[in-house]
Amino acid sequence: MNISDKITKIRVGTASCGIAAGANEVLELVKKHAGNIPVEEVGCIGHCYAEPLVDIETTGGTVSYSHVAATEKAIANMFELGEDNRFDIPAGRKAKELHKVIRLAGRICPTSYDEYIENGGYKGLKKAFAMQPDEVVGEVKKSGLRGRGGGGFPTGMKWGFLAAKDAEQKILICNADEGDPGAFMDRSLMESVPHQVLEGMLIAAYATGATKIYIYCRAEYPLAIKHLQIAIEQIYERKLNELNGRSLEIIVKEGAGAFVCGEETALIHSLEGKRGTPRFRPPFPTDSGWKEWPTMINNVETFGNVPIIIGEGGDKYAEIGTEGSKGTKLFALAGDLKYPGLVEVPMGTTLAEIVFEIGGADPDNVKAVQTGGPSGGCIPVELFDTPVDYDSLRSLGAIMGSGGMIVIGKNRCMVETARYFLDFTHRESCGKCTFCRVGTKRMFETLERIVGGKGELEDLDFLEDMGNKIRKGSLCGLGQTAPNPVLATLRYFRNEYEVHVIDRQCEALACNALVDVQLEQSNCIKCKLCIKNCPVDAVSDDFVIDNNKCTRCNTCIEVCPKNTIFRVKKGEGFYSE
Amino acid sequence: MQESYGYLNKIDKDPSNLIKGLQAVQATEGYVSDVSIIAVADYFSLPAVEVEGVLSFYAQFKRTKPGEYHICVCDGTACHIKGSTLILDWVSTELGITDGETDENGLFSLETVACLGCCSLAPVLSINGKVYGNLDRKGTVKILKEYRNK
Ligand SMILES: Cc1cc2nc3c(=O)[nH]c(=O)nc-3n(C[C@H](O)[C@H](O)[C@H](O)COP(=O)(O)O)c2cc1C
Ligand code: FES
Repeated sequence: MNISDKITKIRVGTASCGIAAGANEVLELVKKHAGNIPVEEVGCIGHCYAEPLVDIETTGGTVSYSHVAATEKAIANMFELGEDNRFDIPAGRKAKELHKVIRLAGRICPTSYDEYIENGGYKGLKKAFAMQPDEVVGEVKKSGLRGRGGGGFPTGMKWGFLAAKDAEQKILICNADEGDPGAFMDRSLMESVPHQVLEGMLIAAYATGATKIYIYCRAEYPLAIKHLQIAIEQIYERKLNELNGRSLEIIVKEGAGAFVCGEETALIHSLEGKRGTPRFRPPFPTDSGWKEWPTMINNVETFGNVPIIIGEGGDKYAEIGTEGSKGTKLFALAGDLKYPGLVEVPMGTTLAEIVFEIGGADPDNVKAVQTGGPSGGCIPVELFDTPVDYDSLRSLGAIMGSGGMIVIGKNRCMVETARYFLDFTHRESCGKCTFCRVGTKRMFETLERIVGGKGELEDLDFLEDMGNKIRKGSLCGLGQTAPNPVLATLRYFRNEYEVHVIDRQCEALACNALVDVQLEQSNCIKCKLCIKNCPVDAVSDDFVIDNNKCTRCNTCIEVCPKNTIFRVKKGEGFYSE
Repeated sequence: MQESYGYLNKIDKDPSNLIKGLQAVQATEGYVSDVSIIAVADYFSLPAVEVEGVLSFYAQFKRTKPGEYHICVCDGTACHIKGSTLILDWVSTELGITDGETDENGLFSLETVACLGCCSLAPVLSINGKVYGNLDRKGTVKILKEYRNK
């Protein structure tokens, strides 16, 4: 790259993660200095830890910058193609990732129809139109694609069910509810490549003879909704929605914040304007769904795979992956690691490769990884050579889920993590089934007792017993899987539970009721910041923390400039009379 | 139908749009009041109890007026692991309100939510939709001060 290289285009990543890191302010400054150089807003390339990200395209190639600050100095550095904040994809991610579904994410403008076309967009749809609908279903069957929403049901088979129906109306629903708190694959896809997801839906509609499409999107994703709506307008303008002899309506509906509405029968109730309670299946939605019409539901990422399958053919697609799980999978990596973000890997990649090589997590500081969110389980680091696919994760008591993957460091408490998930599920239970409604509450209360230092050894047996009963006694996947986080931690981290109930200690020093806070006097510079900031006046004038008053809010630990205040084991701190 | 709810007219009267109607009310007024429930029930020709029944099912709908600045502290998995309970504690102490409350001046309201989709920047919070990531105590307090002095 030479100084004489001319800048031809500038791309700023303005997906939600970028914006949260300050991309809009950067964008404004870049625009101010760009003069005649075109400045484009793009989605997320998956390297969320490096946001805000800016690509400078020059006659000599592209130079990327990360962690760009909204300052004149940082902007000038980029315009001079300076060396500061240069961004390179970490070697581990380059080596282990395979970008197919997110190939264009962050590389093209999400709301530009033309750029999507220039990069091979809508080729799959065109190819599908040249085939018979049942041939399209056949390709999807051959690809071995399984639903990415968590269930892993074979997509081609589901399409076949709807295609076989002879009805005046057939409904296609895109499940964009992304309820797993800690997952953002679907958000990224919709924000960054809305046309790709829509292309998948149009192909599905053609193949199954659907007459209407609903997209049920989580309300917390305003940018995704905006981009989808712009893309839908562009589709209408070009009449790409004219298929099967009629013009297809594509309607985006916002969810209203209920986890259970990700379950397909609950989702349909919610779309009908009702309370989102699941119902017994059968009848399956493909027999009776939205207003009793045959209805098929697929996840966002499932649709995102479809244009690729039709484009390259089902057989070619199936070359990647494992015996029972084909293709690539997106994972939202977050938690205790160096490179959190969105990753795409072939099915069968091991957890170790994802967490350590791609995520850059420190092997000495990882305890477990949580997959599948509140329905999933944790897998201890000893089992990280497990290949990631639907079947191997299930055999470990976890699930693949939709792709949320939270790395849990050594300094986190597994009992507290289990309590967190049960807090979530007991509140999200719709209340229809007794075991789910009351059982999850009892489990939650028991866990609260344990982290509160009031648990007994019998509580662990109760948790196991109740967990198994809830599994059996619940109608929908929420209840059937809600005990998983507890059962999995009991299986792999029983010793942590035992330390809580027998020794009344939390080795990770995470559970507030089981820790004290102490100030190490020898390093103290008597700056009094702890005294000034403590909300409950627990630090005395001679710098002793009274654990009777202390609420373990960590304020003093955060403000101390010498890092001389610590959480210590219960009983080691000072207590006033 | 009261005139002030004229914006509902853009929505088709099919009861399947009930949630959309309630969302329109909340987007305009910031919450759904008793008066609004009756107006929405009228509009869709549904009994008010049914509207209330649907509304109470969904966490999104607020029944009390939020503050001028509505703070959502994320307590999704990633943020929880990264210490969101502490963030909530600090915000609470700073503003003198707890989860679900609005302060006396109607300036701030506070709520916890499950995942804002920016997990890689955990822990995060949002104020009126603007997301702030990689928070520590200093950053959190600074953001709140900025809003208070606005
Ligand atoms: C409690 C619960 C929550 C769910 N949440 C989601 C979700 O957020 N997104 C999703 O695509 N599927 C979710 N599912 C799975 C759906 O019910 C359904 O299987 C899926 O959308 C089908 O699409 P697929 O075959 O393409 O995966 C959830 C299931 C349960 C039981
Ligand atoms: S867990 Fe907080 S943004 Fe996802």
